[in-house]
Amino acid sequence: MPSDLTRRPLALAAALATGLLFSPSWAPAAAQERVVNVYNWTDYIDPAVLEKFTAETGIRVRYDTFDSLETLEAKLSAGRSGYDVIAPTNEPTFSRLIAAGALMPLDKAKIPSAAGLDPTLMQRLRSSDPDNRHGVIYLWGTIGLGLNVERIRALAPNAPLDSWDLLFKPEHARAIARCGITIMDSQTDVIPSVLRYLGLNQDSTGSDDLRRVEQTLLGIRPHVRSFASGGALEQLATGETCLALTYSGDVIQASARAVEANRGVAVRYVAPKEGAQLWFDVLAIPRDAPNADNAHAFINFVLKPENIAAITNEVRYPNAVPASKPMIDQAITSDPNVYPREEDFERFFTVSGVPQTADRARNRTWARFKAGR
Amino acid sequence: MNGGGGASIASGRLARLVVLALPYLWLLLFFLLPFLIVAKIALSEIAVGIPPYAPILRWTEENVLTVVLNFGSFATLLEDGFYLDAYLRSLRVAGISALLCLLVGYPMAYAIARAPEHRRNLLLLLVVLPFWTSFLLRVMAWIGILQDQGVLNALLLSLGLISEPLRLLYTEGAVYVGIVYCYLPFMVLPLYATLAKLDPVLLEAAADLGARPFRAFLTVTLPLSMPGILAGCMLVFIPAVGEFVIPELLGGPAAQLAGRVLWVEFFQNRDWPMASALAVALLVLLVVPIAAFQRHAARRGRA
Repeated sequence: MPSDLTRRPLALAAALATGLLFSPSWAPAAAQERVVNVYNWTDYIDPAVLEKFTAETGIRVRYDTFDSLETLEAKLSAGRSGYDVIAPTNEPTFSRLIAAGALMPLDKAKIPSAAGLDPTLMQRLRSSDPDNRHGVIYLWGTIGLGLNVERIRALAPNAPLDSWDLLFKPEHARAIARCGITIMDSQTDVIPSVLRYLGLNQDSTGSDDLRRVEQTLLGIRPHVRSFASGGALEQLATGETCLALTYSGDVIQASARAVEANRGVAVRYVAPKEGAQLWFDVLAIPRDAPNADNAHAFINFVLKPENIAAITNEVRYPNAVPASKPMIDQAITSDPNVYPREEDFERFFTVSGVPQTADRARNRTWARFKAGR
Repeated sequence: MNGGGGASIASGRLARLVVLALPYLWLLLFFLLPFLIVAKIALSEIAVGIPPYAPILRWTEENVLTVVLNFGSFATLLEDGFYLDAYLRSLRVAGISALLCLLVGYPMAYAIARAPEHRRNLLLLLVVLPFWTSFLLRVMAWIGILQDQGVLNALLLSLGLISEPLRLLYTEGAVYVGIVYCYLPFMVLPLYATLAKLDPVLLEAAADLGARPFRAFLTVTLPLSMPGILAGCMLVFIPAVGEFVIPELLGGPAAQLAGRVLWVEFFQNRDWPMASALAVALLVLLVVPIAAFQRHAARRGRA
């Protein structure tokens, strides 16, 4: 196929124009070489694990990354994405892909290492995938606040550091605004936390509740410096911002990077006391995956304790395989921000998918929030 | 002999026909066909599945092929002021960008056209040189320049001109800087083409008739370079209306431009029909006035 294309410029141009060439199934492949096409978040793997997988199984990994769920979902929605393993977040993408029939049920017999998954965490994933048939937990985390404690203390000495008040109370936000507030540009990751902060149901679709969310957000809008797509890691690490609403692992990575850069920036993660949204990134297989067997082999390999431990050591997100814990860096397992204590779980909540019309209303609220009117 | 001549005329005609047909074929393949696909999606209904819209051609239970068209997306587009607002804002940004490009590009093109002949090619090469690096990379570079700890602020701080960093990134000004920087060659090249063709004798004649240089520029050079100005403005204005990357990376969140609204419809609302309707509307609203303008210009050219 590829040599055919290069001989015919018009066909090549047509293929380029329609984007077909970008889908991995069209990339060159030797006659009987075994491959698995993996589509994962950026900065979300230990490259050594991929090499080890190829060395042990002879299956080559074609690794591709996305930085937003929207990109992933749009590619999957168009059909024939060519990917074998994807890593959607449970809400909204994973559950919507299940509803659209885009995922194949996993053959658990081919993934024996899935037996090592934490049953309580898998139980919480059922709010998105009722029978745990379509995916296994890869890494997980919460959504909360990344703080540059020193600079916030200097500007707002009386603000509570363990509460959403720090961000959502206009007087605190106003004080902190001078050193920068960043909110990740993703309504599905922010609106449930605002609902929860207001004492409402995180899945509420009522227009009155949404109006209150909008008022709360607009109240702090003048103090928000930037909206970050794909997390606020960079802004926190460089000191561009000192308060960020973002993913736990983002903050923890930012904190590590800030230490490396040694520019006097110290960053901490807080899962606010009013409640923090728990999310799971799930390994799943598209229904039309060209190499489904290899995909199962890949998932099985990743979930082996020694491999998932290496990944957690690299990316600093917790995994759902308890047997991997002894092999993880002590600094990571002993940090309650990464591996929350048992009692922390009580204030974590999961969200469920909202209907299309409610989602549209939320997106509109979000657009108005960003526009500031 | 005669017969051979006839054949060569015939093959010449054929060659001409092919050459003439090529651009049309190109337009058909890469403009009309994609447009029809987008228009088809715009008239579909949203659905859960792959792809996330319902087909417009359906077989009913009695095996009758029916066409189901949904104009709901277009209706929403007209009813909801949000979309019109974003569109007008895009027009404004594109208009101002084209104007700024003209103000910066005209002197550049003029200087190149007046430069000694052996240096012109080098200067033109310098104008095009930025294209040798990725567009995305160049926009990213501006983030490095404009951010609080960026090059520009560091320079101003060290010179003592400011006492704390200026807010440059994520502002409307940053968007204009990005667009002008990226689209400037599209303005300079057509301007250069018209200015280089300009006969210097005309300016001499103007001088002989007593016009000072500035007046000669206003009455001779400027009107004669009008085709270049219009071509340059269109080349900047049209892509700037739908520009997504630059406002997204450099602009503040308040800038809800048409490109961004379309992105939200497609990626966040997963409403492909609505996104397609927006794309169709954007195209129609741009192409119709431009085509009308072209006709007008052509008529004036004949008169």
